[in-house]
Amino acid sequence: MYAFTFHRPQTVRQAAGLLAKNGDAKLLAGGQTLLPTMKLRLAGPPQVIDMTLIEGLSGIEMSGRSLTIGAMTTHNDVNTSPVVQQAIPSLAKLAGMIGDPAVRHRGTIGGSIANNDPNADYPAACLGLGATIITNKRRIKADDFFTGMFSTALEPAEIITKVSFPIPKKAAYQKFRNQASRFALVGVFVSKRGSEIRVAVTGAGANGVFRVASFEEALKKRFAPKSLEGMSIPADGMNSDIHGSAEYRAHLVGVLARRAVAEAIGKSA
Amino acid sequence: MSATGIGAAVRRKEDRRFITGTGHYTDDINRPGQAYAYFVRSPHAHATIKSIDTKAAAAMPGVLAVLTGAELAADKIGNLICGWMIHSKDGSPMKMAAHPALANGKACHVGDPVAVVIGETLAQARDAAEKVKIDYAVLPAVADPAAAQKPGAPQIHDIAPKNTIYQWSLGDAKAVDVAFKSANHVTKLDIINNRLVPNAIEPRAAIGEYDSGAGTFTLWNTTQNPHVARLVIAAFIGMAPEHKLRVIAPDVGGGFGSKIFIYPEEVVALWAAKRVGRPVKWVAERSEAFLADAHGRDHVTHAEMAFDAEGKILGLRAKTIANLGAYMSTFSSSVPTYLYATLLSGQYEIPQIYCEVDAVYTNTVPVDAYRGAGRPEATFVVERLVEVGAREMGQDPAELRRKNFVKKFPHQTPVIMMYDAGDYNASLKRAMELADYKGFARRKRESARQGKLRGIGFSTYIEACGIAPSQAVGSLGAGVGLWESAEVRVNPTGSVEILTGSHAHGQGHETTFAQVAAERLGIPIDNISVVHGDTDKVQFGMGTYGSRSGAVGMSALVKALDKIEAKAKKVAAHMLEAAEGDIEFKDGKFSVAGTDKSAAWGDVALNAYIAHKFSGQELEPGLKEGAFYDPTNFTFPAGCHICEVEVDPETGNADIVGWTAVDDFGVVINPMIVEGQVHGGIAQGIGQALCEGAVYDKDGQLVTGSFMDYCMPRADHLPPLKVDMTVTKCPSNPLGIKGCGEAGAIAAPAAVINAITDAIGTEQLAMPATPQAIWAALQKTNRMPQAA
Repeated sequence: MYAFTFHRPQTVRQAAGLLAKNGDAKLLAGGQTLLPTMKLRLAGPPQVIDMTLIEGLSGIEMSGRSLTIGAMTTHNDVNTSPVVQQAIPSLAKLAGMIGDPAVRHRGTIGGSIANNDPNADYPAACLGLGATIITNKRRIKADDFFTGMFSTALEPAEIITKVSFPIPKKAAYQKFRNQASRFALVGVFVSKRGSEIRVAVTGAGANGVFRVASFEEALKKRFAPKSLEGMSIPADGMNSDIHGSAEYRAHLVGVLARRAVAEAIGKSA
Repeated sequence: MSATGIGAAVRRKEDRRFITGTGHYTDDINRPGQAYAYFVRSPHAHATIKSIDTKAAAAMPGVLAVLTGAELAADKIGNLICGWMIHSKDGSPMKMAAHPALANGKACHVGDPVAVVIGETLAQARDAAEKVKIDYAVLPAVADPAAAQKPGAPQIHDIAPKNTIYQWSLGDAKAVDVAFKSANHVTKLDIINNRLVPNAIEPRAAIGEYDSGAGTFTLWNTTQNPHVARLVIAAFIGMAPEHKLRVIAPDVGGGFGSKIFIYPEEVVALWAAKRVGRPVKWVAERSEAFLADAHGRDHVTHAEMAFDAEGKILGLRAKTIANLGAYMSTFSSSVPTYLYATLLSGQYEIPQIYCEVDAVYTNTVPVDAYRGAGRPEATFVVERLVEVGAREMGQDPAELRRKNFVKKFPHQTPVIMMYDAGDYNASLKRAMELADYKGFARRKRESARQGKLRGIGFSTYIEACGIAPSQAVGSLGAGVGLWESAEVRVNPTGSVEILTGSHAHGQGHETTFAQVAAERLGIPIDNISVVHGDTDKVQFGMGTYGSRSGAVGMSALVKALDKIEAKAKKVAAHMLEAAEGDIEFKDGKFSVAGTDKSAAWGDVALNAYIAHKFSGQELEPGLKEGAFYDPTNFTFPAGCHICEVEVDPETGNADIVGWTAVDDFGVVINPMIVEGQVHGGIAQGIGQALCEGAVYDKDGQLVTGSFMDYCMPRADHLPPLKVDMTVTKCPSNPLGIKGCGEAGAIAAPAAVINAITDAIGTEQLAMPATPQAIWAALQKTNRMPQAA
């Protein structure tokens, strides 16, 4: 690790002020990506702004027909929350599939989606549920938030404070793990809310999380695995590495989408 | 059997300190005035070092020294060596290239140490290391062993044209050709034995210290064989005379072979300690370990097996290219030769075997022994050939094996080894019962109903352990003898210290060696301590590897205990005023035959030291004896592992759903520890088969350089393991022990791949059989589950 100045602001406003003043500063939420990267000296931010002393950034609550989760809420808290388990069980389950127990007790939802790792789970949930990302400045729809691998719509000095999820009628997440890292080699989140169908894919795309319009169209006719029978997506634009070729990833998108729909309607694929 | 003697499942004495964090590993040790070493490593696989500018680094805060290969050469520090001479078919000696501890003029793999910074703190050393300016001229690199000998491949060392270290063979090529001509069926396979990264839980570490007053060096080191390290560092590297160098291997957290070898970093820690006049500590980071610890396996093989019309094996031939990496590591030459080709007979009567091995240099981390060392590679060749042969000839794989098993002992194979004892049918039969082989067809239908492809695979392996008779290995090129030593020191109060040249790095010797002595002396196990891993305490020893500590190390202990008993009987005879021949020793008590006169162990021990009952002319005071034991043969553990898998044809994921292991390790000292060794070995073998594999890109960069990309087996890769044993005593050592440390890693890969290929209907599947690889193989067979 390189030496850095450690800031511990008490409010989001102070944190944003520090960010604005120090262009190379990094926010420390759960630190499950940032700290390993710093330890390997792959990152060396001169300023690190710790979010843990800021009150009101973690917590889970239902408000009307949506579920709001504070940015500093850990994966473990989401996983074990009776409120989440009741409102969006697939989201609670997804949180329990992230990393390992140590990561889940430290890592946070805000940190995960701000990082937008192309193999992370939460971006699939945000896009697959049509979440709204709330920052100190504005509300951003998930469809507009994830702009590419490790990049988001966040502006300098903009800080995620909450994520708001509308409650779906049916939803499920299927994850096929990279054996080594346990990130998603491919993860598919499907949901149905009224007439809105979403199919969001993480891990597979060379450009990060994305929706599959052809699958969504097919599922609009009937929300059942059969509607996706024989469907897959083109290998073009898929990520390709030693863990999975573009063809394999494209194939898995179809398999996992069918399994996710089956899980969402309570059947086996 | 006593509660703590031979055969008792005694809980491990050492575990309390290990699991409560009160052990003392090398990094737990800190010396007064200690400084820290950080290595600058080559980022290139193959490059000429045009210049190194250390000025900026040396000017950084806290820097004590910045050292390079030039200073090493100026101080006449010798090269690292490979200690096993192999000759090529044409009689020429192997081509051992110079291996300086710091690269001098050329870097040959990514991670090759080029310079070292010694700093007051690790952070300062590391900061300064970034300021060392090295001007490299990058050269083309080769990482693939199959490509290393091809025309146009980059030439790595001048001494080895076509990057070829040796072209060795074993067996009678002509006789094998004749056998193949008479064959009714020939099975042919192309096999890649994947390169593995060892990854012991404790990374390697070293502390070098120099006492300028006494002129002595001390090295604390994560080594499996401290005396061998001392010998090599003294005799070949020339750091210090042997009697002025003390090597201490404190608690060591796993080795699996990777801590046998003498590495650059420990040499540099010692050398730098003298240069800067301060103790110097180096501890590998995990990422560093990937680039600096000797890797394992990495063979490319074509193998053929000839059968007659009934399925009897007529002959086997194999051609292997073995990747030894950028330099020849300490025992690297022996692994793909005498530890590999000599096991190609498996458990079978094979009249003729011929094996050719080309060892090559590549621009990769050196390759050396890793759990099993050559024997997993041999087992994989033999057990794949037999399984595939059975499938091709439409025979039951168990029946084909049974038909070909060696049944009479001793049995001389055509590849050096003389099997002394075994009952291969007994372990096969027991394993088939435990695995419910008969119920497999039903289970396969059940899996099909769930949309899964089920397969079953056997591995009836053999290994040569108890390494090894010194004369025999000497005639095969070994630079050392492979006996073991033990010393038993009885204290005046009757407590006992056992000093052994074996070394424990997870095996539980503090418990098992004490069990052997407790049984023999009839004293509580808690009154016995085991001392190992310090060249100032133990006179000499060859260390622990090759499943040798029980078979060889404990045999030395038994010899020393024989001498202790003989001497103690003399003392007791004086105490009891009886003839020495009338003294009987049983359950910790010396008694005079036919009388009720007796003396307890503790009284005899005390009398040996107070020496009041005998004159010094009659008997020397004291009770301390040592012994060296040189085995007369290898030992031959063998057994049968059966693996059952379920493959998801949509994703290619293979789930191991059943595992049965029935092993014959001879006499077992502690069944709980043995079972743990079997579990661990199977886990490593499953790791090799399903997920582990070091991948280099075309430029020689290690793509799998961290746990994000290199997949170690996890708990959920393992099903519940059914482990049982059959016993035939080893006839060549006093306790009848064969050894158990490597068996699981040797047996498992073939069992897994035999099971998966059975499930998916193609033999074209390389390790690691990742979901992607299995899915790709299935795209060619299009096999779908058949529930009917």
